Amino acid sequence: MQIKTQASERHTLSVTVENEPGILARIAGLFSARGYNIESLTVADVTEDATISRITIVTSGPPAVIEQIIAQLDRLVPVHRVVDLTELGPHVARELALVKVKGTGEKRIEAMRLAEVYRARVVDATTASFVFEVTGGPEKIDKFLELMREVGLVEVARTGVAAIARGADPI
Amino acid sequence: MAADKTGADILIEALTDLGVEVVFGYPGGAVLPIYDALFKQTKIRHILVRQEGGAAHAAEGYARATGKPGVVLVTSGPGATNAVTGIADALMDSIPMVVITGQVGTPLIGTDAFQECDTIGITRHCTKHNYLVKDPAKLGAVIHEAFYIATSGRPGPVVIDLPKDVQVATAAYRKPAGPGAVAAQHKSYRPQVKADTALIETAVEMLAAAERPVLYTGGGIINAGPAASQMLRELQRISGAPVTSTLMGLGAFPASHPAWLGMLGMHGTYEANHAMNQADLIVALGARFDDRVTGRLDAFAPNARKIHIDIDRSSINKIVRVDVGIVGDVGRAMDDMVRVWKGRAHQAADLSTWFARIDEWRGKKSLAYPESKAAIMPQHAIRRLWEATRHLKPIVSTEVGQHQMWAAQHFDFEGPNKWLTSGGLGTMGYGLPAAIGAQIGHPDALVIDIAGEASIQMNIQELATATQYRLPVKVFILNNEYMGMVRQWQDLTYAGRHSHSYSEALPDFVKLAEAYGWKGMRIEDPDALDGGIAEMLAHDGPVMVDCRVAKLANCFPMIPSGAAHTDMLLYESEVVGEMTDEAKALV
Ligand SMILES: Cc1ncc(C[n+]2csc(CCOP(=O)(O)OP(=O)(O)O)c2C)c(N)n1
Repeated sequence: MQIKTQASERHTLSVTVENEPGILARIAGLFSARGYNIESLTVADVTEDATISRITIVTSGPPAVIEQIIAQLDRLVPVHRVVDLTELGPHVARELALVKVKGTGEKRIEAMRLAEVYRARVVDATTASFVFEVTGGPEKIDKFLELMREVGLVEVARTGVAAIARGADPI
Repeated sequence: MAADKTGADILIEALTDLGVEVVFGYPGGAVLPIYDALFKQTKIRHILVRQEGGAAHAAEGYARATGKPGVVLVTSGPGATNAVTGIADALMDSIPMVVITGQVGTPLIGTDAFQECDTIGITRHCTKHNYLVKDPAKLGAVIHEAFYIATSGRPGPVVIDLPKDVQVATAAYRKPAGPGAVAAQHKSYRPQVKADTALIETAVEMLAAAERPVLYTGGGIINAGPAASQMLRELQRISGAPVTSTLMGLGAFPASHPAWLGMLGMHGTYEANHAMNQADLIVALGARFDDRVTGRLDAFAPNARKIHIDIDRSSINKIVRVDVGIVGDVGRAMDDMVRVWKGRAHQAADLSTWFARIDEWRGKKSLAYPESKAAIMPQHAIRRLWEATRHLKPIVSTEVGQHQMWAAQHFDFEGPNKWLTSGGLGTMGYGLPAAIGAQIGHPDALVIDIAGEASIQMNIQELATATQYRLPVKVFILNNEYMGMVRQWQDLTYAGRHSHSYSEALPDFVKLAEAYGWKGMRIEDPDALDGGIAEMLAHDGPVMVDCRVAKLANCFPMIPSGAAHTDMLLYESEVVGEMTDEAKALV
């Protein structure tokens, strides 16, 4: 028996929630319980009002599924607002990665050169390794990691995406 | 400043302020302070069930029959986990319910303490919302908020997990100024009650222009209160449209009405399903396009434009894409539609051609069943039960299985809040405690649980609850010795391989009833059916009837999984042997 799949789109959602215990589990649990994709999820208090947190979720699915994800999130009692930044128009998305690269000699020089191209900062160095800090859109970070893999990538820590709409207006 | 009270006293006082009259519960170490507080007061009645699952279903039955929220009180750990099935059931069927669970003291949380479990974690996915209250000062507000959330918007179960030290700690309690104050205070939860006017107008124009409309109604209309059922009659009257209903919606529209098509879906009538299939407009009212209703999606109402009115925005376009989605209280939305309709002086369209076709489908008599002199046909038993009791307007609950579907098909309801069944989750063991809850809410009503012999055993211990509170509940078991619905599927799908669907060892239900202090009866002979029903009704107390019915009867009509609404099986002879893997997966 074949399980059908439909063409999928990637969407970045900004969700403001009441800052209460278990809210992250509630949101993450909604995705797992209903079988929605979750590519990244980040959360922090960002408003003056310490009782509200902002969650950025990158998800993917066919348009009808995205519509459901938004409606289902909106239905959760502690959720204030769900904004589909992808639908809203141009927005900025950034992620931070810490990238550990091991190597000596030529490899080491190559790693430094690539880091410069990607504006990655060295935050730790030994004679045999670097830890780079790099920020940017997820694609830029993917590309950076791909290149580093060739010169001696050993470990990565990534934050997931924080995103915000362009222009003067808040969402 | 109000004098400080213990958490347990705050709970009781807040429940009293909220108008709670009954709590269904079971005690334990983690709720002893609350039980002590209950002991010291007289306003709230506590109904002691025999298993926490029974408390949850009883609260559901109470809520469904009275329209008021059901309240449950259970201890931590096993008490809470026993209640989970009922909580999940209430979520699926949108039943307003508040469940108070005891929790170990806050210093012990997370230490694997005795009778500790993560109730909040376990119930997160089967509640509308849940709370762990760690600060007694917040308790009063949380209780009021929990009732507001459970009863507003799309109703559902809310859990309040209450650690034992919070129950004994003291704090001030302030009564909110009213439900409006609670709603205004809530920062994020804003159910949309009033529908968009422009969309209502569009819906009215579509209904006025339709040639083959169907009103497809669901449990949401019952949840919206008795006025919504009245409004449905009015909407039907002005538009002339035929009406069908889901399992959960039965009773919102009177079954005796000429525009009534019967239930739709898997075991719905031929006329309801064909009318849906051939409609040019479907107005879904508080119904959610459940898979048991739609059957194969690509063949569901292919030519119809669809309007969907629902209080829950996420129900719209979830399963079926609609042309007009309207978020709002279905009762108010119908009221708005009626007003717009009258304001525009629309006349009911001439639907005689449409009804002529419907009459042809009705001619199939899809609910007909073979008669037998040798054995009681289960459908016949329900029909006779209905005829004997219809004038008493009984409240009927069911368990889950063939008997449930036969009850839905053959027991005709004229009004809302009379039909209690587990539609969404399909929980065997629901019917007896639900009947008990309904009887508590309506002490003078005739309450009957139509049961199967397998289902009734899931919460049989609740017979004792009815005995203790002198509830004259009637349990009418259609005993076919099989888990009939399972066997029916095995006949249809697995070439009659009856894997573990026969009950090898059944109790003597008459003796069992008597052991619990009930009257027990057995009816075996078709000629004894009417007399037996009369005897059951004449007894002024709880009665359990073991009605022996034809063992291999199947429930028709039926849309097999994976089939379209037009491919209904009507008769036994149409039962095919083995299904494809694809169809099996849809079962
Ligand atoms: C708690 C639970 N377990 C299992 C099932 C699956 N199930 C659905 S119907 C059914 C058989 C019910 O048998 P019975 O109560 O005798 O009713 P009948 O179908 O014979 O009328 C079963 C096992 C269920 N619905 N609920």
